Amino acid sequence: MQRRRMMIKWARDTVRRRFMSTSAAAIDWWDHVGHAPKDPIMSVTEAFLSDTSPNKINLGVGAYRDDDGRPVVLQCVRDGEVKIAGTEFLESVSASVSSKLVEESVKLIYGKEADFIKEGRFAGVQALSGTGACRLFAEFQRRFYPQSRIYLPIPTWSNHHNIWRDAQVPGRTFHYYHPDSKGLHFAALMDDIKNAPDRSFFLLHPCAHNPTGVDPTEEQWREISNLFKVKNHFPFFDMAYQGFASGDLDKDAKAIRIFLEDGHLIGCAQSFAKNMGLYGHRVGCLSVLCVDAKQAVAIKSQLQHITRAMYSSPPVHGILLVSTILSDPHLKELWKKELKVMANRIHRMRSTLHESLKKLGSPLNWDHMTNQVGMFCFSGLSPDQVNRLVKEFHIYMTYDGRISMAGVTTSNVSYLANAIHEVTKFG
Amino acid sequence: MYSASAIDKATEFCFLLCHETSYNYKYSIRVPVTESNPHHCDPIIPLLLAMTIIPSKMMASTMLSLVSAALPLQENHKGKMNLGSSDCSSFLRKEKRNPFMKTKSFGRINMAIAVNTSRFEGVTMAPPDPILGVSEAFRADNSEMKLNLGVGAYRTEELQPYVLNVVKKAENLMLERGENKEYLPIEGLAAFNKVTAELLFGAGNPVIEQQRVATVQGLSGTGSLRLAAALIERYFPGAKVLISSPTWGNHKNIFNDARVPWSEYRYYDPKTVGLDFDGMISDIKAAPEGSFVLLHGCAHNPTGIDPTPEQWEKIADVIQEKNHIPFFDVAYQGFASGSLDADASSVRLFAARGMELLVAQSYSKNLGLYAERIGAINVVCSSADAAARVKSQLKRIARPMYSNPPIHGARIVANVVGDPALFNEWKEEMELMAGRIKNVRQKLFDSLSAKDKCGKDWSFILKQIGMFSFTGLSKVQSENMTNKWHVYMTKDGRISLAGLSLAKCEYLADAIIDSFHCVS
Repeated sequence: MQRRRMMIKWARDTVRRRFMSTSAAAIDWWDHVGHAPKDPIMSVTEAFLSDTSPNKINLGVGAYRDDDGRPVVLQCVRDGEVKIAGTEFLESVSASVSSKLVEESVKLIYGKEADFIKEGRFAGVQALSGTGACRLFAEFQRRFYPQSRIYLPIPTWSNHHNIWRDAQVPGRTFHYYHPDSKGLHFAALMDDIKNAPDRSFFLLHPCAHNPTGVDPTEEQWREISNLFKVKNHFPFFDMAYQGFASGDLDKDAKAIRIFLEDGHLIGCAQSFAKNMGLYGHRVGCLSVLCVDAKQAVAIKSQLQHITRAMYSSPPVHGILLVSTILSDPHLKELWKKELKVMANRIHRMRSTLHESLKKLGSPLNWDHMTNQVGMFCFSGLSPDQVNRLVKEFHIYMTYDGRISMAGVTTSNVSYLANAIHEVTKFG
Repeated sequence: MYSASAIDKATEFCFLLCHETSYNYKYSIRVPVTESNPHHCDPIIPLLLAMTIIPSKMMASTMLSLVSAALPLQENHKGKMNLGSSDCSSFLRKEKRNPFMKTKSFGRINMAIAVNTSRFEGVTMAPPDPILGVSEAFRADNSEMKLNLGVGAYRTEELQPYVLNVVKKAENLMLERGENKEYLPIEGLAAFNKVTAELLFGAGNPVIEQQRVATVQGLSGTGSLRLAAALIERYFPGAKVLISSPTWGNHKNIFNDARVPWSEYRYYDPKTVGLDFDGMISDIKAAPEGSFVLLHGCAHNPTGIDPTPEQWEKIADVIQEKNHIPFFDVAYQGFASGSLDADASSVRLFAARGMELLVAQSYSKNLGLYAERIGAINVVCSSADAAARVKSQLKRIARPMYSNPPIHGARIVANVVGDPALFNEWKEEMELMAGRIKNVRQKLFDSLSAKDKCGKDWSFILKQIGMFSFTGLSKVQSENMTNKWHVYMTKDGRISLAGLSLAKCEYLADAIIDSFHCVS
């Protein structure tokens, strides 16, 4: 409807322009272009930045902060920067650098002993962080399964819907979060998987679900994997927080490894934005498991074909950093330690906030705060309550009540607890 | 259709498939069992099952082809096929594989079937990229004489890649400062967006002062073009983009993938090895009103042929007359003439007329930042309000593509262009690079004129500008360049002078003369 209106307007403007004098000042070509709605997540940060209150807290974007509320550049990254400084390389990312990154990335997810890595039975390409990897897969899905849809959990990262929509793959949803229990709605989830047409494409968060922080247990993952086998669904994993959920890289990849054991040929988007703190460098990887090396070569060529028309090749700096860190044993160990530090701080803040709310005598149950996993907590706050937090307390979060625990510090946790208590004490 | 014995063989083969465990994937399948022996699976059933219940045409036909392929197999092998025979498994690998559908459960036995289920069986190899493929072939060549005139990447006289001094300095500054690596806003680094627009239009330009330019950082030229293409597709559905014939090969890919229709306007005249100006004008005139006209701001790729200032005026005239919208691709600002301002004069001419236009920029060549993917899309609008709206929509396109652009290249450009000392140093390096190319052109022209006994006019080499030269060599002649002379170039006759040294000019002249006169 909107599009048709736009076309009519454009047609009318084009006709109108025919009769305008050509020596007139600039014709307004963009009259029919409206203001885009603000991105719900980015706009939180924008609003936060313009707030002048000394008490302000940003619980919006999922970017890690240390206990002083400052962005962190990991030591392993700083060391990596020094190591690569002055590296000269040819025009596009050299083949050896790209394949190094892909090799190390897939080992992280699938385990370095995975058969199909040794046998080259996967198509792996670098991507522009998680977003780029998802978009690349969505475009690939559209190209080879033009009638297919993508099943996204309710809720999911808001950008997932945009990504598949812009790739022209219609989205469907499946139940995931149970607002009453603030946990997983497992029965409804399994029902939706069962009722979807066979061979559907599903997007799954392997750990630290964004935005809820609610993850299936290991047993539940096994049941999901089994049902996927029966239904022949395609599992696509968006791995944005490996290492951030439990502090352990392998543990956080458990869901994927279960699917692998069961023989699924999955697709996986991987991001180094959070776990290596390389947000702005846009480093990620897309991998698609294949039956054999020949198919892997074909799929890889198609993926590269898609990227060639989007941005030609990915930015090299981040790739060089990641492949250097992952292939240097000392730097890799350092990274794992620093990951644990970050994950532990988040755990501590969850417990502290939980304790503080209990101590204040909150009438509500806040167990989900420590049950949920990863950077985000789905607080259960209503949009009105969130609004009050913004207006009265200068605390910023997305309107779905998602709190980025990374923004909570020892010095602001009491203020935060008080504020949450204020807006919820009357239920 | 098939004889009973053939079907037996085929089902035997399918049964083998059931037992083949060369792959680790196991699926359980329920199969009908016979009354007499519940543990014996009637071998005909899996085949019939597969043939009847597989819903899609593709799988059915593949199944049939499996069956029919099994027939010649049995011809070659007199006697039974062996379990796990290598022929059998190699056959498995060659043919497309079907997932055995399990839509119904029939019986009581769970049979582990080794199934090779890939969703993407039908995926074929994508065509190789014609330009990047040249470099690959070059690397594989062992000849001492080999010369890579393929990709438009700058090389020094020693034919080495060149990292600009200002870039090294900027990177050192950045390393010392130890800045954080937080997400950029969707539209990119503000400092970068400011300097890139100023570099293009000139700092005091009214379009900038009146805030009429929507600038969004993009992933070099390709990424910026793609953002613009997506904007066109969304807001001007059905509008065409006119591209020059020839143009950079990736232009077509970008518009195709963005689902924007395109058509070509005449540009290169093989007879004069120059601009077919009349053809260009009449094709632009003939296009439907409100088309987007893709123009190379300077140093046209692949021909190196640019319109003169007078011709630019006439092009602007016809674009205004037809209510087209100009869309510049500026990938070589500074590289064409050596002067950043002079190379932006075509864009500034159009802006000065008050026209609304789009400009994609790239810092791959002029700052040597190929691998960092730094560029921008600029949309000049008639009002600041329109620019704000357009910018918001560009952001909306970028967010589901990559969320926000990469920081490293943006910081380098912001540091170089934003610092007066570094900026001046850059201008000097720019002049050196462009100067080297001009010298090489001169030497090549001199060598050709001296060696060519047929009196052909080679002056087009001097008239063309920028990294590339369209030699006028045909596909066959270009192949001769590669096969006989180990000179690597694209098949359209384009050579990259950035990959040529003064020392190699004579050799190249010999190669060109030979290919031109002795090959047809």
